[in-house]
Amino acid sequence: MKKNRIWMLVGLLAIGGAIVTLAAGGLSDNMVFFLTPTELGARTPEIYGSAIRLGGQVKPGSVDWDPETSKLEFVITEGDAEIDVESTGAPPAMFADGLGVVVEGTYGKDHVFHSTNVMVKHSNEYEPPHDGTDPKETFKSLIQGGS
Amino acid sequence: MLSSLGYGFVIAALIGAAIMCAAGFRAGLSHSGTGVTAAVARRASYFAFFAMTAAMAVMEVALVTHDFSVEYVSRVGSLETPTYYSAISLWSSLDGSILFWGWILAGYGALFALTRRREWDARSGTTVSRAGGLAEGLRMTPVVTAVIGTVGLFFFGLLVGPANPFGLVDPAPVNGPGPNPLLQNHPLMGLHPPMLYFGFVGMTVPFAFAIAGLLTGNVEARWLRDARRWTIAAWAFLSMGIIGGGWWSYEVLGWGGAWAWDPVENASFLPWLTATAFLHSAMVQERRGMLKTWNLTLMISTFLLVLFGTFLTRSGIIDSVHAFSEVAIGPLFFGFIALVMIVSLGLIGWRSNRLHAPGQIEGAVSRESAFIVNNLLLVGFTFTVLLGTMFPLIIEAIRGDRISVGAPYFDMVASPIGLALLFLMGIDPALPWRRASGEKIRKAFQIGVGLAILAAALAFAFGIRRVYPILTIAAAAFVMTTIAEEFAKGVRARRRISGGSAARALADLFVRNGRRYGGYVVHTGVVVVALAISVSWTWKSEREGTLHAGERMTIGDYEIEFVEVWARQEPQRLVVGSTFKAYRDGRPIGEEQPRMNFYPASQQPVATPAVNSSLTSDLYLTLMSFDQDEGAYATVRAIVNPGMVWLWIGGMIVGIGALIAIWPRGVGRVRTAGDELLAATASAVTALPASVGDAGPAGDSGELAASVVAPVSEDGDP
Repeated sequence: MKKNRIWMLVGLLAIGGAIVTLAAGGLSDNMVFFLTPTELGARTPEIYGSAIRLGGQVKPGSVDWDPETSKLEFVITEGDAEIDVESTGAPPAMFADGLGVVVEGTYGKDHVFHSTNVMVKHSNEYEPPHDGTDPKETFKSLIQGGS
Repeated sequence: MLSSLGYGFVIAALIGAAIMCAAGFRAGLSHSGTGVTAAVARRASYFAFFAMTAAMAVMEVALVTHDFSVEYVSRVGSLETPTYYSAISLWSSLDGSILFWGWILAGYGALFALTRRREWDARSGTTVSRAGGLAEGLRMTPVVTAVIGTVGLFFFGLLVGPANPFGLVDPAPVNGPGPNPLLQNHPLMGLHPPMLYFGFVGMTVPFAFAIAGLLTGNVEARWLRDARRWTIAAWAFLSMGIIGGGWWSYEVLGWGGAWAWDPVENASFLPWLTATAFLHSAMVQERRGMLKTWNLTLMISTFLLVLFGTFLTRSGIIDSVHAFSEVAIGPLFFGFIALVMIVSLGLIGWRSNRLHAPGQIEGAVSRESAFIVNNLLLVGFTFTVLLGTMFPLIIEAIRGDRISVGAPYFDMVASPIGLALLFLMGIDPALPWRRASGEKIRKAFQIGVGLAILAAALAFAFGIRRVYPILTIAAAAFVMTTIAEEFAKGVRARRRISGGSAARALADLFVRNGRRYGGYVVHTGVVVVALAISVSWTWKSEREGTLHAGERMTIGDYEIEFVEVWARQEPQRLVVGSTFKAYRDGRPIGEEQPRMNFYPASQQPVATPAVNSSLTSDLYLTLMSFDQDEGAYATVRAIVNPGMVWLWIGGMIVGIGALIAIWPRGVGRVRTAGDELLAATASAVTALPASVGDAGPAGDSGELAASVVAPVSEDGDP
């Protein structure tokens, strides 16, 4: 009886230990830093190669999207800080100048952010449209000429 | 007008909850408690439910008729929103969802009171004990009602105070912004949120049992069976809500998957894990009298995780720890969680002398030890998911760094734990209680292990080279063998006793012992879900391309041809769509129209992917961008998801199994009659198969036969 309980205990501790080890290792390997362009600039060079989510605005006029090669280049800004971003794959729906975006990827020694995923910032809670825009008009103008 | 009417009903519900508390605690805990006081608590729960139903109805009328003088409507309604989405926008924002929470809570309170109505009638003096107060066996029910009332006080209090949806807006605006675009983009939004809420709130009932048991000092297994049944009901809602949420996210979010380990998703998964653990460990206490403290802890933790999940998703803390105090209910929720935790721990400490277990583990390999391993894995799973969800908040609070924990972390921890749990599903039901001999173990598992190895070999032969899918397929074969063997054993036993066809015997198993065999159906559903996840993950293929009219793109067995881009103005939104002709193996399978929807309230469009489902695989198209000048080309992401439909089918099988397991029969009816003598007889009868089963190593088949025969027994656990 005693021996059984000891074996049970050893088994349970082993399982528990394995789970904790797994969790601890998994966490340190999968931590993604959430940074703004300014913070990213301040953290070089130690940030090179780490997984980063970079959030900011698309600099107006910087977007270069080639639908034939699926190559996307643009600049993310925040105040004075600017970061060049490169990505493959189509931009998210209606990706546009001045839009708040989050890109996932790594920042390299070449000072280009290599993104694997471009996301448009969206909030779970409702946000009213900003003053001075009439979204309906915006969207209509967007597809003017569309079939 | 509607504003003050609705507010009045909420206040009435608050009063009802207060009476539930006062009368319930007095009836169950005080020496002066009588059947009459208990009846007051019972009626108060009906009253609270009617009041909340009326409040809900008022809100629905306001939403559907667009009465913008009601504050909640002015925030989530708009004249252009179709009626269906207006009606379901009840749960599209904070205050409305708290109202919905409160209504369901009141509903559970009333339903609980209703199932116990006979027990509460003060017909004779026998209901009063000699020491004064209600007789021992009658004290639980009013106290459970009182605890539900206490939770009601908190939620109705929120509605009266900081989360009042019925505020008056004067002058009323002419129109409102409409609900969050994501939440009005697909009809499925009407399905999974109510399911999740029914599941979440339903966990209040087992929690109330736990607290009432501690308060009255009644920690025996008798009420545990009832608490487990309520848990199964809530658990089934939660399971289908989680799967339904995955389905919604698949049909709406456009990234081609159903689960992203998003904090909101994790919030629904955490209480599911601890509730699942409780469903298994409760059986150990019923049978062997062990794990009393553990079971109480699981019931209470599940409820705490429900509160935590609601807090996490509703307080804004996910976005940042600093957003927490900006929403008024954040600190209140935090305080309530802390209060529940402190009171529960205090009660467990206070009653620790009664919580000592008489039984103990006898064999290292037995059903109870397998259940304990299952529990450890489930709680470990809970811990890792909770850690991953909370870690960014902890780091932000300590170091100020904003980080996130990626989905790979969750995949990495979930895969081995999930796989181990899957294998255990094939082991647990085949093991006898107390101890198993080596010979018996060999006999129980030889076919299963053989088929598992065969399945793994087949998977390898079909070209699967990844470890987890191969192991999942092996585990599935193993579990299904065990379940098939259990059914075969049951059918044989029934036919020996009453003859008849095998089909008749099978139906009999469900009718007479739904709890056990319904459980196996649930396990089957879980296996289907696990296989679907594994298969879709292994063979998923994805391709993106920009197509001009008439151009084609191939992906897997499928081919798509771009036809045109079009636009359509709908009352609440502007839709830009694209038409693709889809082919599978060269044969046309119809036109697919992935779209983008532009809502006035949102700066960005919300994509609606087009999904062509079949039993073998789904073709999933998302419109990524289009030529804004002439509509000459469109960029589309095409994903082929094999076996995706089985995820939803598996979820439904889980729901059906749970329904079989809790379908009222035998003992349940005796219980609600409330007659102490009858109930005692019934529990003696249910104890019978247990004692047969406990007779020794040879008792296994006897236990099975008894559980199959016993007419009023719900016993015999999967």
